[in-house]
Amino acid sequence: MSILDKHKILETNATLLLIFSFLVVTIGGLVQIAPLFYLENTIEKVEGMRPYTPLEMAGREVYIREGCYVCHSQMIRPMRDEVERYGHYSLAAESMYDRPFQWGSKRTGPDLARVGGRYSDEWHADHLRDPQSVVPESVMPKYGFLEEQKIDGKYIGDIMATNAMLGTPYTDGMIEAAQADFRAQADPDSDYDGLLERYGEDINVRNFDGKPGISEADALIAYLQMLGTLVDFSTFTPDASR
Amino acid sequence: MSKKSQKFEGDPNTTGHEWDGIEEFDNPMPRWWLWTFYATIIWGVLYTIAYPAWPLINGATAGVLGWSTRGDVAAEITAVEEANAPVNARLEAVELTAIAEDPELGSYAVSAGSAVFKTWCAQCHGSGAAGAKGYPNLLDDDWLWGGSVEDIHATITHGIRNEDSDEARYSEMPAFGRDELLEKEEISQVVNYVMSLSGEPQDASKVDAGSVVFADNCASCHMKDGTGDRAQGAPNLADAIWLYGGDYGTLTETVTNSRYGVMPAWNTRLTEAQIRAVSAYVHQLGGGE
Repeated sequence: MSILDKHKILETNATLLLIFSFLVVTIGGLVQIAPLFYLENTIEKVEGMRPYTPLEMAGREVYIREGCYVCHSQMIRPMRDEVERYGHYSLAAESMYDRPFQWGSKRTGPDLARVGGRYSDEWHADHLRDPQSVVPESVMPKYGFLEEQKIDGKYIGDIMATNAMLGTPYTDGMIEAAQADFRAQADPDSDYDGLLERYGEDINVRNFDGKPGISEADALIAYLQMLGTLVDFSTFTPDASR
Repeated sequence: MSKKSQKFEGDPNTTGHEWDGIEEFDNPMPRWWLWTFYATIIWGVLYTIAYPAWPLINGATAGVLGWSTRGDVAAEITAVEEANAPVNARLEAVELTAIAEDPELGSYAVSAGSAVFKTWCAQCHGSGAAGAKGYPNLLDDDWLWGGSVEDIHATITHGIRNEDSDEARYSEMPAFGRDELLEKEEISQVVNYVMSLSGEPQDASKVDAGSVVFADNCASCHMKDGTGDRAQGAPNLADAIWLYGGDYGTLTETVTNSRYGVMPAWNTRLTEAQIRAVSAYVHQLGGGE
């Protein structure tokens, strides 16, 4: 009796069947998934990536809360049509500080991986308030309430601390100054030197929604305006094997 | 076994399984199925040799064909660029005004420009180029900065009121109310005067006083007769075409807080050939001069 003839033992014993099925799936998982954590050509470091500023992080929370990912992907695939429409294909490293990542899987609306800097703040404010006012054929719902909901960044330090625990390189200084940086980024008249010192010179400091006070729309537009802008693709040479 | 077996002479062996008297013949697999199955196994092995597959210590096997997603997309983009290179070179070499006169170049520019427009411009100016409140209509013959193909080309290249380009078109109307340059009453007067230029004022009794306010504060850019000045991007106020709206409330808002519409400099994102193509496309939409 060869080993293949012994399947009756497994087929008539539910517990054994479960154990062996688990074993098979584990081997499959180890072979397919585990190498991705150590193979050099699946781990690519790129210059320019930085953790989100407190205001951008708050905007990301709004993005997730409102379920933007249900209709918008953040993942430009390496295909000519996508590259020509949206810009350079997404790199894995560009999502390195995203927990969870926002790649999405459906595009009722366009991909947003490189929407940063593509439109003016005013366009974003108009478009969130009433998408059909600028894109009549759009089916996007109205998000005008975001600019009515004022936020003060009280808990943003906690969110950053959680991310730091998971490996995002937020320093203690960044977490301590979270609320101050949160306010500074939305107010071009403030003293935002500390913010630039902590996060880099290229941070957008503006009144994003054009209205007094800091609203959820400010945070969301700050987030959208930095998406895909961190890596400078004029100096980036893609390694074909990655 | 409660029933007698129904097996007959010449039947194949059974698998030995039996449920409630039902037994299962142990027939061999059909040959064609079996060979297809073996072929897929061989195909699978060959595939992992040809394409990137097996994880090793530091990297994965690259595959003997040397194929990669990134290489593939780069090759495809290069192929299209090379195929279009001669016509794009011609597009960049000729005078802007000559594009429309050359039938072949003209039709290439218009269809390439239409693709560029739908990708990069339609979100603000509309997929049909009819614009929206605050975003100019490109179909009519009312131009803020000029409607010749050269003017359109300059506007697209450098944009309007941005920090991307030093040559961006720039002008800024004072916020007459917010910065307290005019009293509320004066604003009301001048708004009524501006409304009277192309239609009915809200309050006709204020028009005369408004004309004085206009002459003192507005005429230097919008001209004495209100027809505007393209060199400064000052809109024509007498043609009943409004970017933000020509009703009393909207005009009061405009005079009080000013407007600051922006457009990016496209030379940071598009090639010269693409900019020329979209300039030709916008120029032929109906309003080109």
